[in-house]
Amino acid sequence: MLRLEKLTKTYKTGDQALKSVDLDIPEGQVLALIGPSGAGKSTLIRCINRLVEPTSGQVFLGGTELTHLSAGALRRERRRMGMIFQEYALVERLTVMENVLSGRLGYVGFWRSFLRRFPQPDVDEAFRLLDRVGLLAMADKRADELSGGQRQRVGICRALIQNPAVLLVDEPTASLDPKTSRQIMRLICELCRERGLAAIINIHDVALAQMFVQRVIGLRFGAIEFDGPPKDLTPDVLTTIYGEEDWEATIETVEDDEDIEAAE
Amino acid sequence: MPVGDRNGAKVWRRRTQTESLSHWALWLTGVAIFAYCWQQISGATTWFFVWDAPRIAEDIWTRATPPKWDYITQLGKPIWDTINIATMGTLIALCLAVPVAFLAARNTTPSALLVRPIALLIIVSTRSINSLIWALLLIAIIGPGVFAGVIAIAIRSIGFCAKLLYEAIEEIDNTQVEAITATGASRWQIMAYGIVPQILPAFAGIAVFRWDINIRESTVLGLVGAGGIGLQLSASLNVLAWPQVSLILLVILAAVVISEWVSAKVRGAII
Repeated sequence: MLRLEKLTKTYKTGDQALKSVDLDIPEGQVLALIGPSGAGKSTLIRCINRLVEPTSGQVFLGGTELTHLSAGALRRERRRMGMIFQEYALVERLTVMENVLSGRLGYVGFWRSFLRRFPQPDVDEAFRLLDRVGLLAMADKRADELSGGQRQRVGICRALIQNPAVLLVDEPTASLDPKTSRQIMRLICELCRERGLAAIINIHDVALAQMFVQRVIGLRFGAIEFDGPPKDLTPDVLTTIYGEEDWEATIETVEDDEDIEAAE
Repeated sequence: MPVGDRNGAKVWRRRTQTESLSHWALWLTGVAIFAYCWQQISGATTWFFVWDAPRIAEDIWTRATPPKWDYITQLGKPIWDTINIATMGTLIALCLAVPVAFLAARNTTPSALLVRPIALLIIVSTRSINSLIWALLLIAIIGPGVFAGVIAIAIRSIGFCAKLLYEAIEEIDNTQVEAITATGASRWQIMAYGIVPQILPAFAGIAVFRWDINIRESTVLGLVGAGGIGLQLSASLNVLAWPQVSLILLVILAAVVISEWVSAKVRGAII
């Protein structure tokens, strides 16, 4: 479905953010990308849809190689990759509806989008998605009137209305409280399951990642250190990814959390 | 930040000995230069005129009051021209300033090496010449009248508007632009959805602010023959009709106060 081959990114400053990363993501798999700050998680995600140009290596989405596409072809492929951002990245001064519909920009001509005359099926789909994430009543509000959790839901709608094959999710919960974080993660994973979407989720919160995903990738200094199911994340593994620390507590919490979840 | 030692206690001073000495020397030089300049200016001044000034001012004041109120019937058309010069000039300037600003902003310019310097040159050159001088040049080219005034105001305002606007463009939140880019939007769509909504408040603020300035600038354009109320002002000054001059100044004052009020209202409504 999504395959990275020897993906390398060296910034102009000489920092090597990605060192020949190989990764294969089958259809419908939700994958968490963990690792310390500066390990290259954001760069990896941005190299896939070329918000950051990779230095070398290849990215295959379905059968299409992305790194050599022309600008126009790249725009068409970007439609198949929905992206969700850390600080929501909504256009603050536009309404919720406009923000959701902006996910269709790749499909609609300039004047239609400029005059906000989106095709009726797009508008129907936008309402359906807003209803699905529980924000139907907010459609006419300006994005900066919403709370963090609500904004991220709008961000999710914007990504999904693209009708993507894969979701690229960059720290979706970094600026949310613990409860909202879980709700957002659960929502993303549910929607991926409903639609059979593959997803790469960049995440700092190891415990949260373990709760929701099927596969975890540990990144350290731009190279993959760990690749396996969440239950294999032992203290030793976390030490190789993040460095020396008492990891028992982190993993312990996960089990506690699951108990609470079960109790609920 | 020198730290000394006195009887075992650490003493902290802001500057070292040499630093404070050089500060003293600098201040001394500054004061000396000021005193010298003062003396030069004083030597070049005809003090008689200065001592005489209050008497002359009082003389003009008595001649200028009361204003010649019935002259107001002849001022309606000129002040209308003045406001039109300012408004039309601002509109034309904004139309031209928007593309210049996009070409000058580091994050939207198509080429930082070639296009950006040209855009910056347009901004600097139009800003650096006063609108009165532009009007003088334009009157020579297109003849006296309101049109020369409009163009003078327009040219003068391009640089101002473009500079403030391109600074606003450079300060936008780039993640919003990234998010729109990631949807597969085209270059123009990114501009319309990612950039324009972010700079719209700044744009509206700049527009009314410049309009407000242009009302004031256009009142003097008539002095060189570029139409508006300045024509009446210069005619009245030439024939020493002080009551007319005082009335014109009052009308200008009223126009400026009203324009300030309007622009404050508009800005308040946007932000």
